[in-house]
Amino acid sequence: MRHSTFKTALTDRTARHFIGVLFAATLLAVLCNQLFPADSALHVSSYTITLMGKYLCYALLALALDLVWGYCGILSLGHGAFFALGGYAMGMYLMRQIGDRGVYGNPTLPDFMVFLNWKELPWYWHGVDHFWFAALLILLVPGLLAFVFGWLAFRSRVTGVYLSIITQALTYALMLAFFRNELGFGGNNGLTDFKDLLGFSLQADSTRVGLLIASAVALAVAFVLCRWITGSKLGRVVLAVRDAESRARFVGYRTEHYKLWVFTVSAILAGIAGALYVPQVGIINPGEFSPLNSIELVVWVAVGGRATLYGAVIGAIVVNYGKTVFTGLMPEAWLFALGGLFVLVTVFMPQGLTGVVQQNWPKLKARLSRNTDQETSNDCA
Amino acid sequence: MTALDSLRETFRRDQVFDFMRQGTRPVLPGQVDAGKNILYLEDITVSFDGFKALNDLTLYIKTGELRCIIGPNGAGKSTMMDVITGKTRPDSGTCFFGQTLDLTRMSETDIATAGIGRKFQKPTVFPEHTAFENLELAMNAPKGAWHSLFSQLSGEQRDWIEQTLATVGLLDDRDKVAGLLSHGQKQWLEIGMVLMQKPQLLLVDEPIAGMTRQEVERTGELLKSLAGEHSVVVVEHDMEFIRSIASTVTVLHQGSVLAEGTMQQVQNDPKVIEVYLGE
Ligand SMILES: Nc1ncnc2c1ncn2[C@@H]1O[C@H](COP(=O)(O)OP(=O)(O)O)[C@@H](O)[C@H]1O
Ligand SMILES: [Mg+2]
Repeated sequence: MRHSTFKTALTDRTARHFIGVLFAATLLAVLCNQLFPADSALHVSSYTITLMGKYLCYALLALALDLVWGYCGILSLGHGAFFALGGYAMGMYLMRQIGDRGVYGNPTLPDFMVFLNWKELPWYWHGVDHFWFAALLILLVPGLLAFVFGWLAFRSRVTGVYLSIITQALTYALMLAFFRNELGFGGNNGLTDFKDLLGFSLQADSTRVGLLIASAVALAVAFVLCRWITGSKLGRVVLAVRDAESRARFVGYRTEHYKLWVFTVSAILAGIAGALYVPQVGIINPGEFSPLNSIELVVWVAVGGRATLYGAVIGAIVVNYGKTVFTGLMPEAWLFALGGLFVLVTVFMPQGLTGVVQQNWPKLKARLSRNTDQETSNDCA
Repeated sequence: MTALDSLRETFRRDQVFDFMRQGTRPVLPGQVDAGKNILYLEDITVSFDGFKALNDLTLYIKTGELRCIIGPNGAGKSTMMDVITGKTRPDSGTCFFGQTLDLTRMSETDIATAGIGRKFQKPTVFPEHTAFENLELAMNAPKGAWHSLFSQLSGEQRDWIEQTLATVGLLDDRDKVAGLLSHGQKQWLEIGMVLMQKPQLLLVDEPIAGMTRQEVERTGELLKSLAGEHSVVVVEHDMEFIRSIASTVTVLHQGSVLAEGTMQQVQNDPKVIEVYLGE
């Protein structure tokens, strides 16, 4: 049994292993990118660095979903919306950084606004040229939306499939809204042609490396935070709400407050993931709100295994690596593969990859130790 | 009492001006103002699709008493508990906890916090938590989300949990996941959870289902020992068990009270013999 504080969450074994592997992989990639020349066999290309960074953002998003789905039993099919909102907030900042380097050379108005014949900046675009303000929006916008949405939904005791459907409707509605030019976020083209972030050129290798490291750090911090939450009494209440919500109420917990708390924290993490993602891929458009994205996200977590945290991270990386390889071979079949994967996992591996490993771990361990025993007895003989 | 205190007492709004009481809202949230009776159910009617599960039920529970409720299946015993705990809202009637808490207007959570603990007919524990954690979660302690994030068990709280584990005979299984406990053990764990809430009123729905003889005896002892300090309402089928914890018995039939009195009186009541004992 864990009775976590932030400090114990930081130093417990799972967190140490997780952070160790994460930083080792990141460091290795960065060193191979920086130290070896491009024609060396050991060279890691900038493309790969960015790809890794992207995967880590997905992993952070999956972690956020695991917190609400795996631990609290809220199957959100709209978590992509929080990711996209964080992304848009970052995109607005990057847009303002372009300044007069855009196609139309307008010092304040982004290109798409000039194109639409807008004369001045809409009120909600003010302030985002300051990074601190954009950072605040990255946290506040997804957090606030989740808070309001969750407050309405959980207070009315919307649960199960109904909740899943309205979260899906939420992201769909946002997608339709962001497609409109009048909304002032670049319509279907979204925000793109970014130049630099905090003064660093987004085209530079060093910036890409920096973004990868930032993504790894964000993932590590989020992981420790989630370990803390799930190991605390709050985490135990949340699990109780998942397994027997009405019992939790009769014991005296306002279960809707707990759900709201977790949902909001999760949305903020998703927003941070989106914000780190956008400068690495160089674009954010309404497609990120697509319901399909949120569903894919659910598949990552299901594949990796729910309610373990690292399972979600592993699932996100494995499925997305698979997607990268697969879409290179036959892009049109990806959706079928994804659907098939989901069915397979649901039917044959309800606990996901980590569940399979955990179940077989004692056997594996026994076999390993038997082998070593034999070796030692051989040595003796 | 100093003169100042008595002056203040004289000017307490809630006592001086009745209209300041804001209808039937609690005077002090969560504070039970129990006199002779702790629970008042009056003219409660609950219908499901026209079928009256409770029909003008009127029932009072005295402070500190151990009351047994019996009645054939479908008599409305569990539904009555649903009404008291806020799970079901009555179509009509009033339901007061103490003098001032109108249970029909309070949420399940508020009712639990005010001091009513319930063991369900079907044992409901948190299946993925250990026995210890189940009791920790049920513990009478601040229940806010932020508070829970930072809360750590104190030594006293740990002792208290262990004491309760011992009371319900689960000390050896403290680290066992509740879902893996036997049916009888789950019943006990749930009773333990109710105890951890430090309620003033315990509602215990069919506590001995799935228990062995010895376990039944211990449960009887436990319930008897709780009365006095707590008020206890036990719903049971098992006549022998009821007799063993001998107390006031209320017979429910078709959603209303058929008879009330000692076991002796009730057993000799012709109406009761006809509908229940006679079958
Ligand atoms: N949620 C419900 N919907 C419809 N009928 C119900 C519901 N709950 C209870 N009932 C009916 O009300 C009657 C009383 O049930 P209950 O209170 O569980 O009886 P018991 O005295 O056996 O505990 C039964 O006939 C039952 O079928
Ligand atoms: Mg019943």
